[in-house]
Amino acid sequence: MPDTASEARNRLIRRVVLDTCIAAAVVIGMGVMRGVYSNELMLFNFVVFLALAQGLNIIYGFTGYLPFGYVGFYGAGAYGFSLVVMHLHVPAMVGMAAAAGAALVLAVILLPLLRLSGAYFAIASMAAAQAVYEIVANPDLENITKGPYGVSLSDVFAPAFSYYTALAILAGTLLLVVWLRNSRFGMSLQAIRDDSVSAAMAGVSVVRGRTIAWLLSALVAGLVGGVFAWHISVFYPDTAFDLSVSIFSTVFLLFGGATTLCGPLLGVFILYGIYNVIGIAVPQYFQFTYGALIVLLVLFLPNGLVSLLTSRGIRVP
Amino acid sequence: MLTGAIVAGVVFGLYYTLVGLGLNLVFGVMRIVNLAHGDFLMLGGIAAWWLFSSFGLHPLVSALLVIVVFVLVGLPVYYLVVPRLLRSRDSEMLSLILFFGLSQMIEAVTTIGLGATERSLPPRLLGVGPMILLGTRLPKAWIFSAAASGIAVLLVYLYLYRTRLGTLTRAVMVSRDEALATGIDVNFVSAVAFGISIALAGVAGVFAPFILGSITPNMGVAINITAFAVIVVGTLGNPLGTLLGGIIYGVSLMLMQTYLSSWANLLPNLLLIAVLLVRPEGILGRKVRRA
Repeated sequence: MPDTASEARNRLIRRVVLDTCIAAAVVIGMGVMRGVYSNELMLFNFVVFLALAQGLNIIYGFTGYLPFGYVGFYGAGAYGFSLVVMHLHVPAMVGMAAAAGAALVLAVILLPLLRLSGAYFAIASMAAAQAVYEIVANPDLENITKGPYGVSLSDVFAPAFSYYTALAILAGTLLLVVWLRNSRFGMSLQAIRDDSVSAAMAGVSVVRGRTIAWLLSALVAGLVGGVFAWHISVFYPDTAFDLSVSIFSTVFLLFGGATTLCGPLLGVFILYGIYNVIGIAVPQYFQFTYGALIVLLVLFLPNGLVSLLTSRGIRVP
Repeated sequence: MLTGAIVAGVVFGLYYTLVGLGLNLVFGVMRIVNLAHGDFLMLGGIAAWWLFSSFGLHPLVSALLVIVVFVLVGLPVYYLVVPRLLRSRDSEMLSLILFFGLSQMIEAVTTIGLGATERSLPPRLLGVGPMILLGTRLPKAWIFSAAASGIAVLLVYLYLYRTRLGTLTRAVMVSRDEALATGIDVNFVSAVAFGISIALAGVAGVFAPFILGSITPNMGVAINITAFAVIVVGTLGNPLGTLLGGIIYGVSLMLMQTYLSSWANLLPNLLLIAVLLVRPEGILGRKVRRA
């Protein structure tokens, strides 16, 4: 029996309210944890990966493009923040704007990559991130970027303020995903992902949709990179452009299940939780477990944890 | 200086051809990207180092041993992973992730077992002193590594174009489905190609200490980007194009190192992006890009 318009609207409202409640619970939970639990750096890293996994969800979950070089935007954000703060001595919030700007500029430069597909796109974006790293870390540019010797931003160091800024970014990212999941635009993106030719014939602007998703995804990573620079305040280009940032985010996303709100959250809480229990002392044991987990996941559960439910017809927020 | 850079570039190019060739063979036959290729190369290097330091085995002997062992390792890896992977919805994409996981496992086990230190072999093993080639002085170790690479490439060529199994392999490369319909044992052909690919990575690893300087457990990712740049420049899925790609890569690397040394690491990345954007089908390729 077809739904009436009002039933459909009510169901949509229920979904949005439920999704928003989940997002709010995560953000408030991470805020409360800071008062309860003393290891602030670990909590901050959780917030960073929660936001990055969702940022990657925007581009991979909704358009099917998997950028292995996602860390490039994160690094661009971190260095956008650092350069402005170091050279112009502006307040941290201006630095955050620069972080967003740097990531967006890089995303616009890399827009032509969206012409590629599948593995070509993944590898090309990884090469792009490496290229940005090679430029930033070049000793010839020591006067500007401090080259491979790293930056120090003690002027703006503010652990509490930057933590809550990170939470605000996470909240914004989660709301973005809630919007994509329940809006016409998000639906059109998924249509493009599943069959771009049919979507184009149905009147969906393929290029515009992909471009917007790509810029939003880059913006999230840039802001997260900026707040990382602010919170950590001393770091090296190897940390800001560490390929494992991309890889961790990708694995968290795939483990939980892309295109959902809960999937990436579950992925981060479970896997990054395990990492913090066993991975810190001997990272290689974790690396091994991780690798094995990825292999098994691709072979036996390619659509993530949530597919255990969705394949039985249960909707997961 | 210019001739010197070009001659050294061709020598390096032959080696980079060997690095990329196995990756390209797997991509051509199975349409999957083996992101653990660089780690198999690393294992080949570790094997050569271990055989030399424990038994004093000469690298050329190790190379032969590595070929046999790596083919035998490659076959079970193929049967465990690839057939199941190829049945999935988007095997090209998922292969990136799966083999990345495998690469992490190899890297972790190597680091746990041997530590993260750099290992190298004394270059004198492949001859003392320089050799003069077209007026350029090059270490003998480079020349021998390049020659060994050239021989390996030639053998792969003979396999593909002069043997029955090679002909079947090329048939699978052209169309997997049609090959299956013709009654070719696609699975077996692919398994052999996979084994050969792993063996090629291993041989490249044996000579890595002489060309790249040293072997570390985490070198895989950088090698993969290089190998990918080489095969994309030369055309994905075309083993002969790899030779062209390798030489273009080697010569441009040497020119960069001669004239703009601090920016040389940018080269594989920029070359890769540029070729993908301008001519995604590679220099020798037909159009294959979708969407």
